[in-house]
Amino acid sequence: MNIDLSRRGFFKLAGAGVAATSLGAMGFGEAEAAEQAHVRAFKLATTTETRNTCPYCSVACGIIMYSKGDVKAGETAELIHIEGDADHPTNRGTLCPKGAALKDFVKAPTRLTKPRYRAAGASELQDITWDEALDKIARAMKDDRDANFIQTNEAGVPVNRWTTTGFLAASATTNETAWLTYKTVRSMGIVGFDNQARV
Amino acid sequence: MTNSWTDIKNTDLVVVMGGNAAEAHPCGFKWVTEAKAHRGAKLIVVDPRYTRTASVSDYYAPIRPGSDIVFLMGVIRWCIENDKVQWDYVRSFTNASFLVKDEFGWSDGLFTGYDEEKRDYDKSSWDYKMGPDGFVQTDPTLQDPRCVWNLLKAHVDAYTPEMVERVCGTPKEKFLDICGMIGECSTPTKTMTSMYALGWTQHSKGAQNIRGMAMLQLILGNIGVRGGGMNALRGHSNIQGLTDIGLMSNLIPGYLNIPTEKEADWATYMSTRAFKPIVPGQMSYWQNYSKFMVSFMKAMWGDAATAENDWAYHYLPKLDVPAYDGMRMFELMNHGKVNLYFCQGFNPILSFPNRGKMTQAFSKLKMLVVMDPLATETSHFWENHGIHNDVDTAAIQTEVLELPTTCFAEDEGALVNSGRWLQWHWAGATPPGEAKHDTWIMAQIFQRVKKLYQEEGGVFPDPILNLTWDYADPDEPMPDELAREMNGRALSTVYDLKDTTKVLAEAGQQLANFGQYRDDGSTMGGCWIYAGSWTEDGNMMARRDNTDPGDTGAFLNWSFAWPANRRILYNRASCDLQGKPWDPSRKIIEWTGEKWEGYDVPDIAVTAKPGEVGPFIMNPEGVSRLFSRGMMRDGPFPTHMEPFEAPIANVFNPKMRGNPVARVFESDANQFAAIGDPEFPLVATSYRLTEHFHYWTKHNPVNAVLQPEFFVEISEELAAERGIERGGRVRVWSKRGEVWAKALVTKRIRPMQIDGKTVHVIGIPLHWGFMGAARKGFGPNSLSSQVGDANVETPEFKAFMVNIEPSAEEPVA
Repeated sequence: MNIDLSRRGFFKLAGAGVAATSLGAMGFGEAEAAEQAHVRAFKLATTTETRNTCPYCSVACGIIMYSKGDVKAGETAELIHIEGDADHPTNRGTLCPKGAALKDFVKAPTRLTKPRYRAAGASELQDITWDEALDKIARAMKDDRDANFIQTNEAGVPVNRWTTTGFLAASATTNETAWLTYKTVRSMGIVGFDNQARV
Repeated sequence: MTNSWTDIKNTDLVVVMGGNAAEAHPCGFKWVTEAKAHRGAKLIVVDPRYTRTASVSDYYAPIRPGSDIVFLMGVIRWCIENDKVQWDYVRSFTNASFLVKDEFGWSDGLFTGYDEEKRDYDKSSWDYKMGPDGFVQTDPTLQDPRCVWNLLKAHVDAYTPEMVERVCGTPKEKFLDICGMIGECSTPTKTMTSMYALGWTQHSKGAQNIRGMAMLQLILGNIGVRGGGMNALRGHSNIQGLTDIGLMSNLIPGYLNIPTEKEADWATYMSTRAFKPIVPGQMSYWQNYSKFMVSFMKAMWGDAATAENDWAYHYLPKLDVPAYDGMRMFELMNHGKVNLYFCQGFNPILSFPNRGKMTQAFSKLKMLVVMDPLATETSHFWENHGIHNDVDTAAIQTEVLELPTTCFAEDEGALVNSGRWLQWHWAGATPPGEAKHDTWIMAQIFQRVKKLYQEEGGVFPDPILNLTWDYADPDEPMPDELAREMNGRALSTVYDLKDTTKVLAEAGQQLANFGQYRDDGSTMGGCWIYAGSWTEDGNMMARRDNTDPGDTGAFLNWSFAWPANRRILYNRASCDLQGKPWDPSRKIIEWTGEKWEGYDVPDIAVTAKPGEVGPFIMNPEGVSRLFSRGMMRDGPFPTHMEPFEAPIANVFNPKMRGNPVARVFESDANQFAAIGDPEFPLVATSYRLTEHFHYWTKHNPVNAVLQPEFFVEISEELAAERGIERGGRVRVWSKRGEVWAKALVTKRIRPMQIDGKTVHVIGIPLHWGFMGAARKGFGPNSLSSQVGDANVETPEFKAFMVNIEPSAEEPVA
């Protein structure tokens, strides 16, 4: 029931092959050239297809992303189209009004592209380098942990908890991000730990 | 979900209560349509609003927000009274025949053991009578007045159809029609499914709403079968995964627990966890707890976790309170007791209730770090946006770091859907600008903190310095490395426990399943329920074979489902005591005389003889619980509790407010409207629209055009009463805040008669804020209160009290 012929392959065949074979064989060489001159190549024929799932609700519809460029090959890839994955058992190719507009979510005007910093009391964010931002965070964590970490309770039981720093984890990051986040947060003794499932 | 989206096609009756799948989960809802078209299934919707799910239903009935327990207990009462019970299932697969302690009882809305001062129950009487042999006492004839069945009968007796009409506002005739439709599913060959979402969870007794339906499903024999089950639709793409992996104050991956400070050592911690069977011959799966726990500790701390140091038990924090959940942290923050806070893809300024309190609390932080693909209200909480965020920017001394992350299109890894399927996805786009993967950011933070501890020393650096970090590039662990770590691998040779000469895995090999986990330090695994997801055969989550033998909807070779690739939980219960399917046309597995086999992975040892081992192996009883002992804080049966803000007093006990054991901080208690408060006469409830996802899609110009502007939904009757015009401006306010909105005047919401008075409901959709492409607006959290479910602290967004008036214009800040 899998669609054996990939769409990209199909379009290549359809775009390049049909005219050459049928028209050419009948001696319409000039017509063929004229046809090719005014018919635009199908846009998706030159794209890279990637399987993904919709990041919104938990139906987790299968999607196919079409990009110019191939991330796996180390190229810069620009997303140009997203559609439902007809092979996916749950959504069988359909998407809802949110999923159908996913490409524009990826390219939303308010996507963040640079680390930014707001100083105490400031009315603007300013650019900051990743190095500066991460060093600032690490310093603040170390200082707060050293100052407020609770090693034992009144009864002398080791409790090793840190309550003055908290971490709210997400709802749409991968399991793998979740596990690395878990390791980092727990190893430091942070107990104010929660995720979107709470609400 | 106990079942899956694709399994819904197997049902005969869909009950949507506490959800609105047609709008919030449209592509999953197609399986309801499939069941209606091909099986002749019926759809019942019970909701305060005539939703789009209701518009394609076979039967709709209204209900007042926050009164679901009355409705559900009423249905159970009707089923018992009218003998609509799958008796063989109830007798064999539930604790109906178990005897309960004589001291247990219920009166005036409360169970035995209530302590008003502590706002807690002494639950010691909520348990079985145990025999001298250590096994529970039972009466299989169900005659003993102290057996669970008779106690349940007595408990639900108050929930008559008249009571349902009085408290829920559901007309008696409609309620009885629904009971009749549900009752038909008590035969072994008819099945009902429950589809619910936040309409049931976001209450101060949300967990009891869900228990109410689970009990009904057990009485009908609908758990473990195709087309049945309890199906939580889950709101976000990976909240299932984040919960599985335990990103919560009190959790360890795979639903293990962070110790409390009462558990001063490993032996004490373990002593209460490996539940011994309480019926003869039963398998009690939590007896394996130590294997999962030791393997987790080895995954975290490797060689630093040894038998001699109790697997580095003290590297784990010990809790002094049940949990430092979100609302407890915001309370502490508001008292100036939190300095540094991280938000990873989470927008709490809009997602948590009581916006005023949230903003005040965040203003007291020293530093806020936000990692997100989008510029959110949280990372801009200090920015003045007129009435939409009226803050004194200069006075807010919080430093903010806004870190750009990748989104799904640029990221690789697995998400877990509602049906517990771990589906792998691949990156297909280059991140914009300097946006980074969350894994890179977390690794950078960890590496830098670790380096500071290495260079400077400091307080208890051991769990940081010894954390396992054996990734090829320590600065950027790859998704496959992390996924393998969660699956688990052998650290030294793992032998078969029965035949100790048989090698199951050599050192370094991926484990095939959690049956290979050990508690002697020979295995590691971050999340035992994910064992089998990345084996020696590779990435099982990336499987894409969509064939479906028997057309059951199981799709066993598509992705990987936890646990053990099982698609329907408790599927042993789909067969009778002899191991034959209750409904041969809907076989999942069956007993061949030697073993269990079929279309799904059996939820029982494959050679466990039917009649000897009960199907609910995660319970030491081997059966499911109609009476939940002391497992829940607010009662072993669901009992009616009003929301904290309600138009009427509790009919069982007018002095009882909300959930009597829910945690309430003083500052929040001071912000409740009085019961029946004439200043706040309207019941408000929040909901989603099909064109928007949470607070994300307002950043997308396409969705912002589809639904550009914040509105509230009211009935024609309320509009007439208050002089509100269709599309006119209104002000809505609660004890905690106010919003301005357009009025959507509809026939979808109607006034109700509740306990003799007319009660209006107002709907408040949740998709607007002050960032993004849509017009600036508000969310329901400007109005709702910070009180949560007594068991899990999910906030009560679905029932709170407000008022409304026409408003010429929005005020200018």
